Amino acid sequence: MPVAFLNFMEVTMNGLMAGVLYALVALGFVLIYKASGIFNYAQGVMALFSALTLVGIMEGQVPFSHLINAVLGTEIHHFGWHINAFFGILFTMVVMVALAYCVQRFVFRHLVGQEPIILFMATIGLAYFMEGLGDLMWGSDIKTLDVGLPQGGSFAIEDLTAGWAAEGARYYGMYIDNLDMVATVVAAILVIALVLFAQYTKQGRAMRAVADDHQAALSVGISLNFIWVLVWSLAGFVAIVAGVMWGAKSGVQFSLSLIALKALPVLMLGGFTSIPGAIVGGLIIGVGEKLFEYQFGPMLGGATENWFAYVLALLFLVFRPQGLFGEKIIERV
Amino acid sequence: MLDAGHTEETLLEVNNIEVIYNHVILVLKGVSLSVPKGGITALLGGNGAGKTTTLKAISSLLQSERGEVTKGSIQYRGEKLEGFDPAGLVKKGVIQVMEGRHCFEHLTVEENLLTGAYTRSGAEVARDLEMVYDYFPRLRERRKSQAGYTSGGEQQMVAIGRALMSRPETILLDEPSMGLAPQLVEEIFGIVKSLNENEGVTFLLAEQNTNVALRYAHYGYILESGRIVMDGPAAELRENPDVKEFYLGMSDEGRKSFRDVRSYRRRKRWLS
Repeated sequence: MPVAFLNFMEVTMNGLMAGVLYALVALGFVLIYKASGIFNYAQGVMALFSALTLVGIMEGQVPFSHLINAVLGTEIHHFGWHINAFFGILFTMVVMVALAYCVQRFVFRHLVGQEPIILFMATIGLAYFMEGLGDLMWGSDIKTLDVGLPQGGSFAIEDLTAGWAAEGARYYGMYIDNLDMVATVVAAILVIALVLFAQYTKQGRAMRAVADDHQAALSVGISLNFIWVLVWSLAGFVAIVAGVMWGAKSGVQFSLSLIALKALPVLMLGGFTSIPGAIVGGLIIGVGEKLFEYQFGPMLGGATENWFAYVLALLFLVFRPQGLFGEKIIERV
Repeated sequence: MLDAGHTEETLLEVNNIEVIYNHVILVLKGVSLSVPKGGITALLGGNGAGKTTTLKAISSLLQSERGEVTKGSIQYRGEKLEGFDPAGLVKKGVIQVMEGRHCFEHLTVEENLLTGAYTRSGAEVARDLEMVYDYFPRLRERRKSQAGYTSGGEQQMVAIGRALMSRPETILLDEPSMGLAPQLVEEIFGIVKSLNENEGVTFLLAEQNTNVALRYAHYGYILESGRIVMDGPAAELRENPDVKEFYLGMSDEGRKSFRDVRSYRRRKRWLS
């Protein structure tokens, strides 16, 4: 195989894997948007918050330690224990469910039936509140998150692909990040689990029913509050996965919340109401921006990854506003 | 006899309720009615009379529309219903089939029916699904289609079947004839009647189609601008000259245009 083609393949693979992470964030948006019509701006911050919490729990950090020390004049920072990743993630899940309950109980229960823009504004407020809360609880320094995921490139793939190039060509194999591969597998499992849950369980069916018609769902005895707590919890779990993956890749820092902005073009491509759409949209954006950078980046002065996704989304908005997989609007004639 | 209405055991008792939307709009001005066990009770009246509001007040779906029962009481089997949410009522055996069908469009027909059994679990659910399919054979044929793509009549059947899946004692059925061809209306009402007779389901039925409703119901209440203006066994109401003139478009001289109805008489009758 010619080297140029192998390079092209490598870029595509890396794009796919970056896309998986975008898709993960977008998935959280879709879940909440479908079930409650709320566009949750805070999804990115939820990923940040869950990653901070996970690090904090695993390191045995005392939450609010700065505040406590400032008020009581004490000097406590750590409980002095270390928890392994499995239990850390379990505790973080509990925290995210509690958060989902609080969000529902103290914010959205009071906003039932309000305009979408008001709900959206509420999520912006929520995003800043959670960012501040995360800061106050766990401190604002950059943390490393080590849940035992493999780091660095995969030698197996490098060795395997090195032989693919033509004899005598200077080719040393593909570089594919181990972490990216793990992320892809985890994301695939997560998505399959979510789809099975939505499709084949009673609560999943109720979730879809609520997404279709709130009033009718209410009338058959489905508790909207329960379902909303459920979807916020699920979105919280998705946020944990996204937070862990991004955190492991580039450290847990506050810029993590900005990945929410990358999810927007993904949603415009895939449609706001489609779980498969979020996945495919994420992959297209991931591959698209990597390939574009590879092919045209040098001509345009580089850094096209910063804007490519948004331009693509803009094109979609013009030509196919419901996205690739947006829910078909059912109209009977 | 069921026709007498009040002589049977009373399931649902609505006592002089007043409903206000958004704290300002007074919709019901003292509505009282009672629904006997095992009967079909019709709530009749024109647009905006307050039929839907009455049903929603009972099923407590009003809360989600910023409506509120400000006076009076609603009792089911002698127990006050205030403070129950719709889910609690479904568990007590009262379920509403909303006007305009409200199917879950993106769910299949069968999934729609299964959501009706949300408050229950166990093997009986599968048996009840078969029971619903026996009453609505058309739904069995279309069980895998998305509900949004089924016809209006089928959607009405889905809505009623979905309510049946909660094994209700009482169904509050809001305007089942809406937007359906006369033949389909008869079919739906026929099924309501057989559900009433064979399964013992009690119905409180809000309808604009006075003619059909009075043929299938045992007892009727007529609602106008938020007040009950007349009530009686369906057979009597059917023969009542005022009902004939105002709601059935008939009078002593035969068929008659509503334009020619003597409105002064109407006013006199209702205000007295």
